[in-house]
Amino acid sequence: MKKLKIGGNNILLLITIVLFIAMYAMGCIVYADKGFTHLQTFLNVLINNAGLICVAAGTTCVMLTGGIDISVGSLVAMDCMILAVGIEHKGMSSITLMILILLIGLVFGCVQGFLIAYLKIQPFIATMAGMFFARGMTAVIETDQVSITSDKIFVAISNAKAKIPFGIGAYTNKKGVLQIPYVRPTVIVALLVVVVIYLMLKYTKFGRSIYAVGGNQTSATLMGLNVAKTTMMTYVLASVLCSIGGICYCLNTMCGTTTQALGFEMDAISSAVIGGTLLTGGVGNIVGTLFGVLINGTISTLVKSNGKLISSWANIITAILLCFFILLQAIFAKIRENKKA
Amino acid sequence: MNSIKKITKMKLFLPIFSMILVMLLNVIYDIACGNPPLSFFQIATQVTSSGNTVLFGRLIDVLNRGSEVAILAIGMTLVVSASAGTDISVGSVMSLAGGMCCMLLAGYGVTNVSEYKVPLVVGILAGVALAVVCGIFNGFLVAYLHIQPMVATLILWSAGRAVGLLLCNSAIVYVRVPSFQFLGSYCGMIPTPILVAALCILVAALVLKFTAVGTFIQAVGINRKAARISGFNSSKIILMCYAICGLCAGIAGIVATSRIYSADTNNIGLNMELDAILAVALGGNSLGGGKFSLAGSIIGAYTIQAITTTLYALKVSSAQAPVYKAIVVILIVVIQSQPVKDYFKKLSSKKAAVKGAN
Repeated sequence: MKKLKIGGNNILLLITIVLFIAMYAMGCIVYADKGFTHLQTFLNVLINNAGLICVAAGTTCVMLTGGIDISVGSLVAMDCMILAVGIEHKGMSSITLMILILLIGLVFGCVQGFLIAYLKIQPFIATMAGMFFARGMTAVIETDQVSITSDKIFVAISNAKAKIPFGIGAYTNKKGVLQIPYVRPTVIVALLVVVVIYLMLKYTKFGRSIYAVGGNQTSATLMGLNVAKTTMMTYVLASVLCSIGGICYCLNTMCGTTTQALGFEMDAISSAVIGGTLLTGGVGNIVGTLFGVLINGTISTLVKSNGKLISSWANIITAILLCFFILLQAIFAKIRENKKA
Repeated sequence: MNSIKKITKMKLFLPIFSMILVMLLNVIYDIACGNPPLSFFQIATQVTSSGNTVLFGRLIDVLNRGSEVAILAIGMTLVVSASAGTDISVGSVMSLAGGMCCMLLAGYGVTNVSEYKVPLVVGILAGVALAVVCGIFNGFLVAYLHIQPMVATLILWSAGRAVGLLLCNSAIVYVRVPSFQFLGSYCGMIPTPILVAALCILVAALVLKFTAVGTFIQAVGINRKAARISGFNSSKIILMCYAICGLCAGIAGIVATSRIYSADTNNIGLNMELDAILAVALGGNSLGGGKFSLAGSIIGAYTIQAITTTLYALKVSSAQAPVYKAIVVILIVVIQSQPVKDYFKKLSSKKAAVKGAN
C-alpha cells in the first residue's frame, strides 16, 4: 500500500477541514437553541452557496495556472438578468435560456482566454475589462429588478426538494410535524461540478497540464506542453463553470438586478485561498476550495444566528481567517525553504 | 518618417495617444451635435448657488473628478513597480479613512452634526494615519512574510470597509460644517481636489527626481535578490511603497468624504482600486513590476475619467457606462500588448525591406 505523504499542502487542507468542523461545532454549542445542530442548517449552507461552489471551482482552476479571474461576479449578475428578462419579458423557455447562458459563458471565456493567452495581456486587466463589460451589460439589458415567477419549469426546479433518504437527520419541529432534511437540485449540480473538476485535475492530461503551467511556464513549454492553449482552455472552463454557477445562483434568488453578486469574485478567491490554493499557481486543491466556501458560509450563518451583530462582522471574521491562513502558508513555505537549504 | 518613428518610440507615446483619442472622440461628437467643435476644452465661469464664481467646463470636470484616482495612481505605481503586485485594498482603505475622520469629527454613534467634536485637523490626520497603518500592515505581509500582494491586500479589502461601517455604527455620518467641505469643493475659483492632486503629484515627482528612491524601487522590482545583494534593504523599500500607497488612499478618502460632506462607508471608493490599477496599466507600466513611469500613470488616471465624462456627455447612464469603458480599455490594452507591437514592427520592417529592394 502506498503511504499517504503529509506535505505542507496536505496539512493546509487538513487544517481547513479541522477548522471548518471546529467552527461548526462551536456554532452547534453556542446556538443549539436556534437549530444549529439540525442537519438542515448544514444543508442550508450548501443550498445558499451552491452557486459560489461552482464559481469558486472555476476560479481555483484559473488560480492554479497562476492567473486570476475577477469577472465572475459580474458574469453571474449578467446570467441572472438574462434569465429573468428572457423569461418575464420575452417569454422564452428556461431551457433555451440556460443553453444560451452556457454558450455566452463559452464565448466570454474564449475572448478573455484569447486576450490573456495569445495577446499576453495581464489576467487582472483582461478580466477586469470583462467584469466592467458584464456589469454594464446587465444594466443595458434592464435597469430595474426583475423577479422570475412565470416559467413553470424554472420555478419547479427552484422549489424542488431532494429529500435525504433513510430519515437521516429527520426531526420533529415545535408544531410536532416531522421535518425531513432536503437539498435543492442546485446543490447536487454543485457537488457534481466539484467531483468532475477533482477527477479532471487529478487524472486527465488537461488537468495535469494546468498544474504544470502554473508551476513553471518555462519548464512546461520545454516539456512540450502548449502553454497558451492550456491557459486559454482554463479561462473558458472557468467562464462556463461560472455560467453554471450563475444559473444555480439565479435558482436561489429568483430575480435579476444590476447589483447582484457584487464582490462575488473576491468571495470565490478568498474561498480558494482559505482552501490552500496559492495565487502564484501550481499549488491547490478543489476539495480545499469546497471547504473554503463552507467556512465562508458558516461564518455568515453564525453571524446571522447571533442576530445582534451587523453583517459587516462576517467580513471582518473572514478577513481574520484569511490572515490566519496566509500566515500558515507563509510559515510552511519558510519550512520548505529551510529543508531545501 | 524618422521623426514619426522617434515620436512612436517615446515612452509616453501610447498613454498620450490614448488620451488624445478620447479627446478626439469628444470633438467628433460635438461636431456631430452641432456644438462648437472645441467645447470639450472650453472653460467658462459659473456662479454657484452660494454666490461664488467658479470655473466650469468638461475639462475642469475631468480634472476634478479624476483627482482621487490620480492620487491613488501615485501610490499604486510604486507598489506595482516594487512588488510586482497590486494593492486591491485602496478602495476599502479610502472608505475606512473617511469613516474614521467623520466618526472623530461627529462623535461615535452620532449621524448628523453641524459643529466639530474635535478640531478638523485631528480628524483628518487620524483618518490619514489610519490609512498609513493599513498600508504598513499590507507592506509587512508582502515584504517580510513574502505573501503574494493580491492575497495580502485581500484581507483589508474585505475588512477595511467593514471596520469603517463599525466605526460609523452602520450609518451614514453627515458633518455639515462648511470648513469640512473645503477639500471637496472650491478653493477660490478652482476645485480644491485638483489642487490636492496637483500637490501630491508635485511632491511625488520632486522626490523621485531629486532623490534616488525611484531608482531603488525599480531595482527592487526588477530583481529583488540582486537589489539586496547590491546593498539595498529590499524589504524596507517594499514596506515604504505600501505605506505611501496607504497614505495616498487616506488622502483620496478624505477628499472623497469631503466632497459629499459625509462618510458613506458603503460607497466611498467603491471599485476605485480597479480604476487605480487600470490607470497604472494604461500608463504603459507593466503589472509585472520593474521600470515605471509616474507621468504615464497620472495620464492614465485622467484618461479613465475622460472616458467616463465623455460617456456621460453622450448620455449613457452611469450603470451602462462600464460596457463602453470595457471596450475602450480592451482596445487600448491590446494596442499596447507585446504581440501586437511585434506584429506592427514586422509589418513596418517588411515595408522597409521592399523599399530597399526597389
